[in-house]
Amino acid sequence: MKIKLNIWKQANAKAKGKFEKYELDGVDTEMSFLEMLDSLNEKLIKEGKEPVAFEHDCHEAICGCCSLYINGHPHGPGSETATCQVHMRSFKDGDTITIEPWRAKGFPVLKDLMVDRNAFDKIMSAGGFVSIDAGQAPDANANLVGKIDADKAFDAAACIGCGACVAACKNSSATLFVAAKVSQLALLPQGKVEAKRRALNMVAKMDELGFGSCTNTGACEVECPKGIGIDFIAKLNREYLCASFSESE
Amino acid sequence: MSKFFTSSIGQKFFMSITGLFLMMFLIVHLILNSLLLFGDGELFNQAANFMSSNPIMKIVEPVLALGFIVHIVYASYITLKNQMARPQKYKVANKAKASWASKNMYILGGLVFVFLVIHLANFFWKIKFGTVAAISYDGGQTELHDVYGLVVGLFKGWWWYDALYIAGAIFLFLHLTHGFWSAFQTIGWDNDKWISRLKVIAYIYAVIIAGGFAFIPLFFLVKYVV
Ligand code: HEM
Ligand code: SF4
Ligand code: FES
Repeated sequence: MKIKLNIWKQANAKAKGKFEKYELDGVDTEMSFLEMLDSLNEKLIKEGKEPVAFEHDCHEAICGCCSLYINGHPHGPGSETATCQVHMRSFKDGDTITIEPWRAKGFPVLKDLMVDRNAFDKIMSAGGFVSIDAGQAPDANANLVGKIDADKAFDAAACIGCGACVAACKNSSATLFVAAKVSQLALLPQGKVEAKRRALNMVAKMDELGFGSCTNTGACEVECPKGIGIDFIAKLNREYLCASFSESE
Repeated sequence: MSKFFTSSIGQKFFMSITGLFLMMFLIVHLILNSLLLFGDGELFNQAANFMSSNPIMKIVEPVLALGFIVHIVYASYITLKNQMARPQKYKVANKAKASWASKNMYILGGLVFVFLVIHLANFFWKIKFGTVAAISYDGGQTELHDVYGLVVGLFKGWWWYDALYIAGAIFLFLHLTHGFWSAFQTIGWDNDKWISRLKVIAYIYAVIIAGGFAFIPLFFLVKYVV
């Protein structure tokens, strides 16, 4: 099939970008979305033109790299999928596909469709860790975890840090990401030690890096490739408020 | 704790507390207003005069005003800051399914505010500083403000006021369908089970409150104008 592409091109972080139009013939419905972009780039290279820069790595929805905003949806069509799992069968012959980078103050564009998601690493360094005893590995059953908490923590741990929640949110808020990380650790005994400071510091870091605040629209949970629910945001709010009222620092 | 007032969650906490407080006020306000529907106005006038002469109201009134001010100031600040968090907008706006009200809370709140100003000018201002006809139900021993007459006069005399009050109720309805459950989410009083329940309760609350406020002008419209 033949498709039309409307892709954001920007030479570097400082340059002023604009949309560039491309046409691509011979697109197979069984191709993945990223393979389609590869074939576009091959064509562009053959024509002596600059290829489109985009990020991808694992191709199995675990690394969170493939941050493309496709036709008004982070990670494109389909629910609970990352861009790397989108196939061209989701589109029709003659379709126009508009591809944009994540748009947020906290995620500056580096080149074309690639953004700098370092802000998430900074938020993680602010508190997304646990203290453990050095020495021998403890027995697997040394820490008892209730079934419900274990399941919830596992759900939260599914977050791959892709930033689609920020991209989808009208406020560019990173609250769903922070909620997933804070909840995952707060639910487990290993995470209890730093629980209060973690909630305070990760939220403070998120604010400092220019992300907006949550107004509970729920767009993030619809677009999240890992199905992280906004009930974790309620949990984050609970953790943060309790910490604010009890932490003496 | 000092960071609390400037943090994203802290600011939303104040929005939600003031929102919850304003929602409680709406319940009391609607109950009192519903007295307009019964009898020839004596009941409502007694209640309205009791409220305006009650010393407790000297405290409640400024607290209520403060509730509105804090809610509006934080709403403006948060909305502005959230807009700045996306300096470059998308070409194709996000299509994720999210309720229209949730994405337009500031516009809805702003419309409620415009209504509020007109509403205060219509009644509160006149009762407090202007001239309201006196009425007595015990042969002249005690004189009461005829607030009932003021209300009925307004709804009877100008049909566009009825329309305005119904429109105000619609904006409030939309604001509350999102605001009600959002307030619980913000203070952390929510989980995967309660989200859907709270959303249902939000609709019930919004229908009762906004429906109740819209019913009063409709009632007088049908009674006198039609
Ligand atoms: C009777 C009047 C009002 C009531 C009962 C009310 C109630 C509420 C409630 C319960 C919330 C949810 C708070 C939360 O998400 O934590 C809310 C949010 C909001 N209100 Fe109001 N409100 C009223 C008037 C106004 C006015 C006059 C404005 C402003 C101009 C306004 C602007 C907003 C905004 C922008 C939000 C969303 C804030 C956010 O989610 O971050 N409201 N309101
Ligand atoms: S919460 Fe979902 S959308 Fe947000 S970073 Fe994690 S996986 Fe991506
Ligand atoms: S490429 Fe790793 S999540 Fe898509």
